[in-house]
Amino acid sequence: MSYAKSTFRHPALQPNALGYSKRDYEGGLSTLCAGCGHDSVGAAIVQACFEANIEPHKVAKISGIGCSSKTPAYFLGKSHGFNSVHGRMPSVATGANMANRDMIYLGVSGDGDSASIGFGQFAHVNRRNLNMLYMVENNGCYGLTKGQDSATTDVGSASKKGVANPFTAIDLCATALEMGATFVARSFSGDKEQLVPLIKAALRHPGFAFIDVLSPCVTFNNTATSTKSYDYVREHAAATGAIDVIPMKEEITTDYQPGHNHEVTLHDGSVVHLYKGDVELDVTSRDSAQAAIRRHQSEGSVLTGLLYMDPQSRDFHQMVNSIKGPLRDLGESALCPGQTALDAINASFR
Amino acid sequence: MRPSDIAEPEHFHKVVDCQYACPAHTPVPQYIRLIAQQRYSEAYLLNWESNVFPGVLGRTCDRPCEPACRRGRVEEEPVAICRLKRVAADFKEDIKAQLPTIPEQKNGKRVALIGAGPAALTVARDLAPLGYQLDIYDAQPKGGGFMRSQIPSFRLPAAVLDEEVGYILDMGPTTHFNHYVDSLKSIVDKGYDAVFVGSGAPRGRDLPNLPGRQEADSDIHIGIDWLANVAFEHTKAIGEKVIVLGGGNTAMDCCRTALRLGGTDVKVIVRSPFDEMKASAWEKEDAIHEDIPIIDNHVPSEFVLESGKLVGMRFDKVEAQYDDNGKRSLVPTGEQVFYPCDQVLVAIGQENAFPWIERDIGIEFDKWECPVVDATSFQSTLPQVFFGGDAAFGPKNVITAVAHGHQAAISIDLFCQGESVLQRPAPRTNLISQKMNIHDWTYDNGVASDLRYVVPLADKQQALADRRLEVELGFDVATAYQEAERCLNCDVQTVFDAANCIECDACADVCPTSCINFTADGDEDDLRGRLNAPSTNRDQVLYIADGLKTGRIMAKDENVCLHCGLCAERCPTGAWDMQQFNYQVTKSAELLAVPLVQIQESVG
Repeated sequence: MSYAKSTFRHPALQPNALGYSKRDYEGGLSTLCAGCGHDSVGAAIVQACFEANIEPHKVAKISGIGCSSKTPAYFLGKSHGFNSVHGRMPSVATGANMANRDMIYLGVSGDGDSASIGFGQFAHVNRRNLNMLYMVENNGCYGLTKGQDSATTDVGSASKKGVANPFTAIDLCATALEMGATFVARSFSGDKEQLVPLIKAALRHPGFAFIDVLSPCVTFNNTATSTKSYDYVREHAAATGAIDVIPMKEEITTDYQPGHNHEVTLHDGSVVHLYKGDVELDVTSRDSAQAAIRRHQSEGSVLTGLLYMDPQSRDFHQMVNSIKGPLRDLGESALCPGQTALDAINASFR
Repeated sequence: MRPSDIAEPEHFHKVVDCQYACPAHTPVPQYIRLIAQQRYSEAYLLNWESNVFPGVLGRTCDRPCEPACRRGRVEEEPVAICRLKRVAADFKEDIKAQLPTIPEQKNGKRVALIGAGPAALTVARDLAPLGYQLDIYDAQPKGGGFMRSQIPSFRLPAAVLDEEVGYILDMGPTTHFNHYVDSLKSIVDKGYDAVFVGSGAPRGRDLPNLPGRQEADSDIHIGIDWLANVAFEHTKAIGEKVIVLGGGNTAMDCCRTALRLGGTDVKVIVRSPFDEMKASAWEKEDAIHEDIPIIDNHVPSEFVLESGKLVGMRFDKVEAQYDDNGKRSLVPTGEQVFYPCDQVLVAIGQENAFPWIERDIGIEFDKWECPVVDATSFQSTLPQVFFGGDAAFGPKNVITAVAHGHQAAISIDLFCQGESVLQRPAPRTNLISQKMNIHDWTYDNGVASDLRYVVPLADKQQALADRRLEVELGFDVATAYQEAERCLNCDVQTVFDAANCIECDACADVCPTSCINFTADGDEDDLRGRLNAPSTNRDQVLYIADGLKTGRIMAKDENVCLHCGLCAERCPTGAWDMQQFNYQVTKSAELLAVPLVQIQESVG
């Protein structure tokens, strides 16, 4: 068994604009089951950060507990990381974000971590519109404890054990839309062409970006009777359309066919292009997104791609009018403003 | 693209770059693994089966395998394949008992071999086990041909050569040494069933028209003849100031030998720029290590004599210029240079010469006065006469001569049995899974970044004082192991079975060199343009498989695959497997269905 990957890489692969090679975004060799969807999600994160020219040390990876939450060990090995308590990743992410708003926060969670034990935390981090990318590696089972059904297992879906699940599934995208997320998408670990641009767009989004990634559990839930198997997702996925992120500084040169694409301009001037597959969807409308999810659900298909984004998103810092920079940049005079300032505060309560 | 036919022998053979580049197709990674396992005798026999002279080649081979080595595409230097071969020869035990037995009962066919160099000895080795009666003729007192007369003993000790030539002579051919064949007709007339000509390229080029050439004749020697005279101890000394003309390996051997025979001011002077000299890079290094200056871009114009005695040479300085097609011309700068010298060694190439072959016995010659020889069967236009080695297609090297010998032996055997020499036997191939456990392989699949180890050399002063003292000392066992571990095991193939693939991308994600792709089908140009990593090395094939559920194809660019096995380790369904590909050129001896030497690569 191999414990390390060779340090050799393809000699002709070019570094990105910052001079980093793709290897600089990788982590340790995975100890997940061979063929786990989560490894593909990790590879998509590596690819997205490489392509988006993100400095590895500017990223903080935060996770909870579960197979999904182990995965930050396997990507962005040069980034900061915090493996927190089960279901409590949003609290740690919130604290970190409050202390240093300059970092890029990447939360990695699973269906157990977010839809069961951490469901409350998940709801509230949506409401706060915390500036982070929250990814759920959703395999519809508890893989780390031998594959019991989870809160996202569809009614009637049966894993390796062979017993159909009787309980209603939580749709995390629908929940996020309801709770106030300002960027909502769904994707599939086996479709990097869709997933990588989504991650790039979500990392750029100023506010709470949520991506629910269907990521099959190859060991317990890749059966013919499961709705979260590789084959089922491939056969039943319907895409909202392909997206492309054009950073502000790049000139737009591609010719887009009118009527078939949708442009959303972000705060920094970057543009997200959606080449629409579902013509009825308006990605700037929560109602339209909810309706599209329901419509596809009733048709027996899984809607993937960008579902919703709010170009007017105001993140938690803007909402609470917090300090403009990281706390670590505060000097002594700001941290200890002195007797006069204290007197003024006291006076305000009199 | 058309899916790859992995059952076709050459498909995976091309992936084993070293073996593919070797004229004799020696299974390099296989013997390197045996060396790592300290199984030197088996490593030696595996070599011996394929290239007949492992001890000789481990010191002197032209190493076409090393520039091809995959390690050289991901790191600066290739595996020291040649020097590892020497390790097998140095540390083996007595292997005589494992050599093929020679039947007492002969098959009634008589074959004459003209020359006792690598080509003819290879023919003898391949035919003797089949019961052929062999007569070997050579002008020299001992067997070995140019290996003995032209390779100085500080590079190839006589004991090594004697041993390996001896293995063949012990097979019982009748030897006629000190016997220069001056008429092919006389041999043909003896009624042999077949005749093999392996007489080498015996004529060293000269500069007959250069002013002063005739007058200074006693101080001017043809390099290959002079080296032979040194080897057979007819020449024991040389003047103090020596100029060696030429830039090939013979020139390097001449200058280093001259230094050992009393030369104190030895220099190599060559027409071409240093980087374009014909000598192998390592042979140039060895000469430079012995402080021999190599003066490039100098074209000889005159031998200068004073009072009838050679005192030096005059040269025109030139500059290499290249036209749009890259064709080189050496343009004089107008400057003339004089170098003093006592003697000159002319090592500017060698050529074939067949004054001893009658032109009326049915052997057709081309306009360059070379016999017309079939490139596959090595048969001449006189059906029972075959050529090989330098005698067939001009000067090459030992390993090429060996490869010719194997093919000529097959032809001679077919011819003597009344079969068509064009019905060549197919190579023997085999694919064996190396899986031992869920994530374990029989070979060391971890790939570490590890620079090439340097072979230690003998003390320079001592080496220069004794022309018989071998300069290279060879790897010790510990270094040999480390160098062996640099081998990427390119013969352990990544074999893909689309029927088992669930397209989870695990292999593509984990591959350290981004070789593996799952993508839409297209033609080769299109595919190569859109793979995960640039795919520009067209010498390396794309491994294509179809039959995936999504209708995509698997396209793997073999170019910098490290054979680390991670794709197979991370595959949940066993769609990837690591399988050792065994490719063996069929030898004439194996036509009996008995392998010449049998080596099992055991697990471990």
